[in-house]
Amino acid sequence: MKISNSKDLGHRLNRADWLTTIGAWVLAIAWILPLLYALWAAFHPAQYATTLSLTAPLTLENFSAAWQAAPFPRYFFNTIVLVLMILVMQLVLCTLAAYAFARYTFFGSSILFSLMLVQLMVMPEILIVRNYQTLSTLGFVDTLFGIGLPYFASAFAIFLLRQTFKTIPKELIEAAQMEGASTLQILRHVYIPLAKPTYLAFSLVSISHHWNNFLWPLVVSNSQESRPLTVGLQVFSSADQGIDWSIISAATLLTSAPLLIGFLIFQRQFVQSFMRAGIK
Amino acid sequence: MTLTSRHIQAYLLLLPAFVFLVGFTHYPAIATLIDSVMSAPRGGRAPAFIGLENYQAMIQDPVFWKSAINNLWFALATIPASMALSIVMALWVNDKIAGRQFLRMSYFLPTVMPMIAVANIWIFFYTPDYGLINQILQLLGFKSLNFLGNPDLALMSVTIVAIWKEAGFFMIFYLAALQTLSPSYREAAQIEGASRWYFFWRIQWPLLMPTTIFVLVNALINSVRMVDHIFVMTNGGPNNASSLLLFYLYEVGFKFWDRGYASTLTVVLLAILAIAGLVQFFLLDRRTHYR
Repeated sequence: MKISNSKDLGHRLNRADWLTTIGAWVLAIAWILPLLYALWAAFHPAQYATTLSLTAPLTLENFSAAWQAAPFPRYFFNTIVLVLMILVMQLVLCTLAAYAFARYTFFGSSILFSLMLVQLMVMPEILIVRNYQTLSTLGFVDTLFGIGLPYFASAFAIFLLRQTFKTIPKELIEAAQMEGASTLQILRHVYIPLAKPTYLAFSLVSISHHWNNFLWPLVVSNSQESRPLTVGLQVFSSADQGIDWSIISAATLLTSAPLLIGFLIFQRQFVQSFMRAGIK
Repeated sequence: MTLTSRHIQAYLLLLPAFVFLVGFTHYPAIATLIDSVMSAPRGGRAPAFIGLENYQAMIQDPVFWKSAINNLWFALATIPASMALSIVMALWVNDKIAGRQFLRMSYFLPTVMPMIAVANIWIFFYTPDYGLINQILQLLGFKSLNFLGNPDLALMSVTIVAIWKEAGFFMIFYLAALQTLSPSYREAAQIEGASRWYFFWRIQWPLLMPTTIFVLVNALINSVRMVDHIFVMTNGGPNNASSLLLFYLYEVGFKFWDRGYASTLTVVLLAILAIAGLVQFFLLDRRTHYR
């Protein structure tokens, strides 16, 4: 009797009852409704944009109309270049800095570490006015390089990598040193391979952040040549030429498609990466 | 290797990252403070020291106050609502529940979509007469509302979008924390016959405290930073009803090109972020998260 009783309670503590399940599902559907709606509007002719009808014909015309209405291929190219440029620079610069913080004792290390953490609070987009001046002094306004520049050093990456590097046993390093490996060789052949999950986690977070970034690119870019997708989409959808919902939905889906598809395929990695980035 | 050469090596490793960190975070923050007490350079005239004039102008600027108060409401709504939702979501998908994978995916989905893109879809939801929300309202016999065009509703409408965008992101942090809790707590609670409610408030919630503070700080930062959707949905209107501080800063800096005043507004944002930093510093056990 007692056993069956505690089993019942077990159900109550980690198994959702039907009311909870319904609640969870209602919320989930509300949460993906915007995406479902965009899919509906984008794949059907404009006259069905506001009416749900099972007989509505499917079409890809909205996508081709959107693709031709604005220089989306160029915007795609810009975003991909921007995101990869930022990621490569972040990985290189932050690996070096994280290594110094993890395995060196030097004068001022804790002050420098605290100064580095300031960037977690004060992101470059808050300082747009002054950073724009810096860019125009350097002559990088309206370039992809200029958009990327403030993000090349990421306190978040340095912090994550430092935590990971600290967990690598010192014996491994000593063994490598006995073999006569140099500092950079140890970094390349011991630290970096062992920190792969952290690199993956940070890369996914960085890619999705910079793919979606808007305000700073908006300020810096003012021509097709440097506009990333988000800014291009904003220019496109705020034009007053009576572009209809279906075409804007198609453009919206195009803009988010690479990340969305990547997310649906690598869902587990995405969620785990964000989790890994969140804890410690 | 000598001690000095190890010191030098460490500085050399740090140098490239610190060039960018200092150049785009520390230097501009300090320069902004200086700019905020200078006049804007006009027609070849060099900026001159004007003391607190910009701050006085700010205090008398009704649009600043409007944006600040809007931002306060925006923060007061988004922070608790997105945090509460994120905890509920995390608890749900951490339990054995039908369709757990689908639920987790749905909640997280807004996080990977560009705010600019999803704001476009939300516009359709809010559209008078034909928009989804208004179609439902009319079906239920209510009048159609102009969500984005009505000064009383615009701020609320953009706030809802922000909550929708954020909650799934915060869920991840709670989920990660829940998964590190030892299952023996649950077993013990089961043996004692504790209810779900009691188990959450007396066991899970206190154990999640470090996560809650971490999420709180992030939510606070986001309440200052999330303005992308304003550009698409309302442009701060109607009549500044949905303008937030960072949005107004953008307008002053890049539409009116008043650099001195924009710097003053930046200082206000920096002060808010400094408060977020202090919250983090004093409330969070630094050893658990930073050491």
